[in-house]
Amino acid sequence: MIELGRAALVLALLTAIYAGIAALIGRNGDRRWVDSSRRAVYALCALLTVCVLVIEAAFLRNDFSFQLVADHSSTTTPFYYRLTSMWSSQAGSLLLWAWVLSIASSAVLFATRNRLRELVPYATAVLMGVGGFFVALAVFASNPFEQLSPAPLEGAGLNPLLRHPAMLMHPPMLYSGYVFFTVPFAFAIAALITRRLDASWIRITRRFALIAWTFLSIGIVLGASWSYSELGWGGYWAWDPVENASLMPWLMGTAFLHSIMVQEKRGMLKVWNVTLIVGTFSLALLGTFLVRSGVLQSIHAFGASTVGAPILVLIAVVLIGSTALIVSRLDDLRSEKRIDSLFSRESIFLVNNFLLVALCAVIFWGTMFPLISELFTGDKASLAAPWFDRYTTPLAILLVLFTGIGPLLAWRRVTWESARRVFVAPAAAALAVGVGTAVLFDTGRRPWALLLFAFSAFALTALAQEIWRGGAARRALSGGSIPGAMLAVAARNRRRYGGYVVHAGIAVLLIGVAASSSFQTNREVNLRPGDSTTVDGYKVDYKRPTVSVDNERIAFGSVLDVSKDSQRFTIHPTRGYFRPPSCPPQRLISCYFDGESTSEVGLRRGLRRDFWTAVQPSIGPVLRNARGADRKFQLLARGRMRLAAASPNPQAITQQAALLQDVRGLAIRKIANGYLRDTPPAVFHVIVNPLVTWMWIGAVVALGGALIAVWPAPGARRRRVTSLQAARLSHQPSRAPWRARA
Amino acid sequence: MTEVLLGALLFVLVAAFVLVPLRRERSQGGEDPRIAELESRKEAKYREIRDTELDHAAGKLDDEDFRRQDAELRRDAVAILNQLDEVKGEDAG
Repeated sequence: MIELGRAALVLALLTAIYAGIAALIGRNGDRRWVDSSRRAVYALCALLTVCVLVIEAAFLRNDFSFQLVADHSSTTTPFYYRLTSMWSSQAGSLLLWAWVLSIASSAVLFATRNRLRELVPYATAVLMGVGGFFVALAVFASNPFEQLSPAPLEGAGLNPLLRHPAMLMHPPMLYSGYVFFTVPFAFAIAALITRRLDASWIRITRRFALIAWTFLSIGIVLGASWSYSELGWGGYWAWDPVENASLMPWLMGTAFLHSIMVQEKRGMLKVWNVTLIVGTFSLALLGTFLVRSGVLQSIHAFGASTVGAPILVLIAVVLIGSTALIVSRLDDLRSEKRIDSLFSRESIFLVNNFLLVALCAVIFWGTMFPLISELFTGDKASLAAPWFDRYTTPLAILLVLFTGIGPLLAWRRVTWESARRVFVAPAAAALAVGVGTAVLFDTGRRPWALLLFAFSAFALTALAQEIWRGGAARRALSGGSIPGAMLAVAARNRRRYGGYVVHAGIAVLLIGVAASSSFQTNREVNLRPGDSTTVDGYKVDYKRPTVSVDNERIAFGSVLDVSKDSQRFTIHPTRGYFRPPSCPPQRLISCYFDGESTSEVGLRRGLRRDFWTAVQPSIGPVLRNARGADRKFQLLARGRMRLAAASPNPQAITQQAALLQDVRGLAIRKIANGYLRDTPPAVFHVIVNPLVTWMWIGAVVALGGALIAVWPAPGARRRRVTSLQAARLSHQPSRAPWRARA
Repeated sequence: MTEVLLGALLFVLVAAFVLVPLRRERSQGGEDPRIAELESRKEAKYREIRDTELDHAAGKLDDEDFRRQDAELRRDAVAILNQLDEVKGEDAG
């Protein structure tokens, strides 16, 4: 099997190179070469699928002759984690990058097989340049088909921190987000080279950009969920460099998705759009670089490796090449029209774009500051969360406000009378919520949160009003019920209404962020079994400690009874200590505390607030006992093995080794049970987080909106209207095809 | 050895699939790409007209602005439709 994978990977590299060259040969109109290059892209996709299947089969069969499997899985790794272990490794991640790109490339080349003939050869060459780069890294720098001979009997197992349901899909979602942005980037470069800088490249790649944005959003949300429930620090966003690395392309990609609408509608912002997509793609590469290079201190330390330098070179090539191309095409990139009025949808889109890019710039500066400071001072100084909060909070609040204003305005210009009509209800809602929360919940002491609540109310009311007015307009034309009319309008205008749902989701998400970060109660308490304490009105009783031991870890937990008014529940925060894959002979017992430790938080979710706890047991006494046991065990093992070596029985060594294994297990259980008999005090981190569930609900709503926007409009009906009929109908508005469909 | 054999087998399969178009006569072949382009521009223009009508019906655009923008968009749409007819006529001829 490993031979099949290796052969397919090498052939994939050759196929990517061929596809790029064939596309360029066919750039002057010889369709045979362009068709051949498209087929080569399909073949690349098939070959990389073979590679992925070979690796997946190796994981599922526990084939430790694959170094990748031996390093990242074990016989005790559950089935579903084995299935997804591929992307916990660097070699697997690079293969995943190339594979997803081959899928995206095949999809876009299939969609354009009869379109954009000038652009497609160059776009194919760019796609295959990037794809070939990642396949080359997999072949030469980090090969997933490295073989171990002889194969070990057991693997190292999956990194304990990655054993979480969110981690099954977090990496492939992030990578898919990064990768799908390659498609609009490739077509933008093709448009620049061919000087075909109208909106054609945008129309064909807009859906791919939206898919990229959706994948990236899912990845970010899953990462936040993992952070909240696995890392044991109580938050969902730590401004960690790798987290930031995924947020930056998301922000710039969001700006791109908005500004391309202005180019489609008005033929404006052409330089801005190509700059944004180059920036987004470069930031996607930077994200991969930060995860894989280990240049910045991050909780994702498992990513440190040597492929950072080639990725950095690729980023430099992309930035320098694209900038030179944009500068050389500035004359062709001039806007076809000018902004008619500052009070128009395109103006608001522009403001939103500046805010998104400003947010991205702040985060970029904060993330890269350790490298910048090292460059100038020799010291790696990091910027902490308060620095990020100080600058991102006001920008995010303004963004919410403009998210609400944008949909209220028409393109080109809006009269004061029209504006007054549509602004009254959202402004009243913002005022009511601002005053209401200040009076009822004392939000006045947190002005940023107060503003965010008020502006979110503005945005949500504006969006609700938009959906209502659209439904009412449709009903006036076609009759029926208002809900039916609203659904019909949304179904026919998926881009617009999908976008509205995304905006509503983001507003709800930010309400959750504002409430949970501004009004949370956060305490650390030291408790012994039987002790109790009160946090934000919740009475917490530490009933008893718990211990569990298996071949890979020791977990010290606790049973907490929590009550407030009539609410009563029990939670079990636990801390698990994983032994490393191999232990030194002098620390065969205490080495359980040498590896990674994970926190399984005790969490009670609620629509109004979450009750969150993590425990940090005092393991000093346990560790002392374990070290004492190490010495005794070492003496016992030496004696036993000496006896076995002197024995004429050829099985004696195996028998003694098995016996020692049992003794070791018993010793570890005994030490762990000692924790139950004489339990030291444990530190409990307790957080009462208001409205945090609404953050997850908002994220799900936003993703639902993205799916609505991505879903293709019914196409069959369009083609029923011939152009000649349509031309005639265009003079009779009541029978025009767009009206029939609206 | 196995690796070389598997590689050769995969190579033959991939080459057979990829090189098929090169055995054709040199031709521009297929549907006129201008038609797909114009169809795409037409759909985009229709969408703009729909959006403008929706904005007007929702009260965001007053009557005068709507009439002006709508007429302009319809002129653009008819121009695209005429081009489409021309291209289709050329291809049919």
